[in-house]
Amino acid sequence: MSSMDDTQAPRVSFWNDPKIRANVVQAIMVAALLWLAYELYSNAAANLSKLGKTFGYGFWNQSAGFDILQSLIPYTNSSSYGTAIIVGFLNTLLVAILGIIFSTIIGFAAGVARLSKNWLVAKIATVYVETVRNIPLLLQIFIWYGAVLKPLPGPKQALNFGSFYLSNRGMTMPSPVFDDGAWLGLVGLTAGIVVALFIRRWARARQTTTGKAFPYIWAGLGTVLLLPFLTLLLAGWPIAWDYPVLGGFNFSGGATIIPEFIALFVALSVYTGSFIAEIVRSGIQAVSHGQTEAAGALGLRGGLITRLVIIPQAMRIIIPPLASQYLNLTKNSSLAVAIAYPDLVAMGGTVLNQTGKAIEIVLIWMTVYLSLSLLTSAFMNWFNSRVKLVER
Amino acid sequence: MKRKFLGLVLGATTCLVAATSVMAGTLDDVKTKGFVQCGVSQGLIGFSNPDSANNWTGMDVDFCRALASAIFNDPTKVKFSPLTAKERFTALQSGEIDVLSRNSTWTMSRDTSLGLKFAGVMYYDGQGFMVKKSLNVDSALKLSGATVCTQTGTTTELNLADYFKANKMDYKVVAFEKNEEVLAAYNDGRCDVYTTDQSGLYAEILKLATPSDHVVLPEIISKEPLGPVVRQGDDAWFNVVKWTYFALLNAEELGVSSKNVDEMMTSANPEVQRLLGVKNADGTAAGFGTGIGLSEDWVVQIIKGTGNYGEIFERNVGESTPLKIKRGKNALWNAGGLQYAPPIR
Repeated sequence: MSSMDDTQAPRVSFWNDPKIRANVVQAIMVAALLWLAYELYSNAAANLSKLGKTFGYGFWNQSAGFDILQSLIPYTNSSSYGTAIIVGFLNTLLVAILGIIFSTIIGFAAGVARLSKNWLVAKIATVYVETVRNIPLLLQIFIWYGAVLKPLPGPKQALNFGSFYLSNRGMTMPSPVFDDGAWLGLVGLTAGIVVALFIRRWARARQTTTGKAFPYIWAGLGTVLLLPFLTLLLAGWPIAWDYPVLGGFNFSGGATIIPEFIALFVALSVYTGSFIAEIVRSGIQAVSHGQTEAAGALGLRGGLITRLVIIPQAMRIIIPPLASQYLNLTKNSSLAVAIAYPDLVAMGGTVLNQTGKAIEIVLIWMTVYLSLSLLTSAFMNWFNSRVKLVER
Repeated sequence: MKRKFLGLVLGATTCLVAATSVMAGTLDDVKTKGFVQCGVSQGLIGFSNPDSANNWTGMDVDFCRALASAIFNDPTKVKFSPLTAKERFTALQSGEIDVLSRNSTWTMSRDTSLGLKFAGVMYYDGQGFMVKKSLNVDSALKLSGATVCTQTGTTTELNLADYFKANKMDYKVVAFEKNEEVLAAYNDGRCDVYTTDQSGLYAEILKLATPSDHVVLPEIISKEPLGPVVRQGDDAWFNVVKWTYFALLNAEELGVSSKNVDEMMTSANPEVQRLLGVKNADGTAAGFGTGIGLSEDWVVQIIKGTGNYGEIFERNVGESTPLKIKRGKNALWNAGGLQYAPPIR
C-alpha cells in the first residue's frame, strides 16, 4: 500500500526533495569533517618535520632521570618515562577516588544538615555551602596548602601524637611491615566479606517472611573486622610496625602523607562536597511530603522514614547530577600542578619538557581523562539504572 | 540554519589552515611586524626581571634588546613573553616567540630531539645549593636525607637526581612549576635545600626576608651553559641571533663600547672597521651586515642600543649590582674566561 502511495505522489524535482537534500548536506558535513581532520593531521606532520621532529612513543621506554615526590609503585630516577607517567596517573587516581568518597560523605552530611530542624546545624551547613562553592577551587587549594604548611613546625619540632608526627613535611606515621603468613589476613578479610553478604541475604529473607528485623549492618561489620584479626592471630601475628625516627634532616622509616596530597585532597573534597550538599538537599526536598506522612501512618519512626522511604526515592534524583560532580572532581584534580603534587598533568608536563613530545603527551592526557570520565559515567549509569523507578 | 553552520565550519577551517601555514622566514616576519617577540623568565633578578612599570631588565633581556637594535636600530622594539620553565620550549616551537632568552641550559637533547638551536652561551653557569645557615651544613655532601625544592622541567631536576645517586645519598624532591612557588616553599620550610643555577641562587637569595640567614654551598654540581635559543630549520634567523651574540663579544674584545663607538668609527684598525661596517673611501663596504639581512652598521646599532658584552654583564649582574657576580668563566678568552667569538671577516 505504501508503495502505491509513493508512485502516485506528485514527483518533485530531486533538489527539492527534502530527503535528498538532507543526505547531501550530511555528506558535505562528513566530507568537511574528514578534510578538517586531514588538514590538522598534515599540518601537524608538516610542522613537525620542519622542526626535524617525528611523531612516536619511542620515548616511553627511555630512562627518565628525575625523581618523584610520591609514588605508589616502585620508581627510581632510572625508571622509564612511561613509568613516570603511570606514577602520575596512579597519583591522580588516588586523589580522585579518595576525593570522591570523602566529598560524598561531606556532601550528604551537609545536605541533610541544611534541612535539619536544629537552627544552628542548618545555618552552619548553609554557611559552608555558600562560602565554599563561591570561591574558585585553585584559590582554595592554595589556601589549604598554605594552611597546612605555614603554621606547622619543621620536622625537628614536629607535633607528636603517639607515633604520629605532624610537621611541614607532612604526616609521618608507622607503616606496617608484613612478614610471611600475612596473606592469611587477606584470606580472613575475603571470608569476612563473604560471610557478611550471606548474613545480609539471610536477614532480608527472614524479614520478608517473618517481619523480624536483624541488625545485619553491625553483624556484617563485626565479621569483616573479626575474621582477619582471628586468622592473623592464628598465624602468630606476622605484622611488624616500622616506626619513624627523627635523624638528620627528616624522619626516616614509617610512611609519610605529603602536605601536597593533604592540601589537594581536602580542597577537592570540601569544594565538591558543597555542590553535592545542594544536590542532596534538592533531591530530598523533591520527595513529596505525602511520602513522609504515609510512612508515618504505617508506623515507621523518624530515622527509619528517612532511611527507608525518603532517601531511596531521593537517590533517583540525586544520582545523575552526582555523576557530573564526580567527573568534575576527577578533572579538577589536575590543578594539583599548582602545588607540586605529582599527578598525571605534572608528570606528563615534565616528560613533555624533557622529550619535547608535545602532541604525544597531550594525546595521553586527553585519552586518560576521557577514559576516566567515561568509566565513571558508565558506573554511575549502571548504579542509576539499579535505583531508578521500575516502571511496568 | 544548517547552511549557515556549514559556512561557519568552512570559514573556521580556512582560517586555521591559513594561520598555520605562515611561517616563512622569522627575520622577514619580525621585520614585518616591527618587533622581536622574546621569551624570558617570570622574574629572575639580573637575567630577566620586570619592575613595577613592566620595564624589563637583565642580561637575557639585554640580549633581546641587542637583537632589536641590530634589526630595527631601536632597543625598545621588543615584546617580552614571561614563560615558565615548562612552557618555554613549546612556546618557541609553536612560533609564539621568535627567540627564547630565558637562562636555558644548552644540552644535546634540546639541540637535537627538541628541534631547537642554541645560538651561543650568554652566561656560563653551574648548579648550586642554598640552605638555611641554622642547619649548620657546609657541604652539599652532607645533605643526605634532605628535602630539596626545585623547578620542574629543568636540567636542575635531572642533575639533582644524578648528584644524589652518584654520592649515594637519599633525598626527596618537591618540584614546582613556577620559580616564585619554589622560593615560597623553601621559605615556608617545606624543604631544607633550594637548588638552581648558582647565578639564580644569588638572585633569589635577595628576595628572601633576611638574605644573611641563608648560605650558598660551595659545590657546583653541573655545567649550565645558558644562552639564547631559536627554532631549527631557519638558518637565516639563527645566523642573525648567533652573530648578534658574537658581535657583543667582538666589540668588547676590540674595546668598542657604547661610550666610544662614535670615535671608534674613525679607527684605523681594520678589524674594528669590519666590525662597525665602516665604508671605504670609495663608498663600498665589506657587506657583513647586509650579508645576514641587516644594515651595514648593525654592530654600531647594537652597541649604541645595549653596549658590548662586558657592559651588559656589569650593568646587570656585575660587582656594582646587588648580585656582585665576578666575571670568572664569563670573562673573555684573553682574560682567562670562556667567552670567545669567531672573527668577523
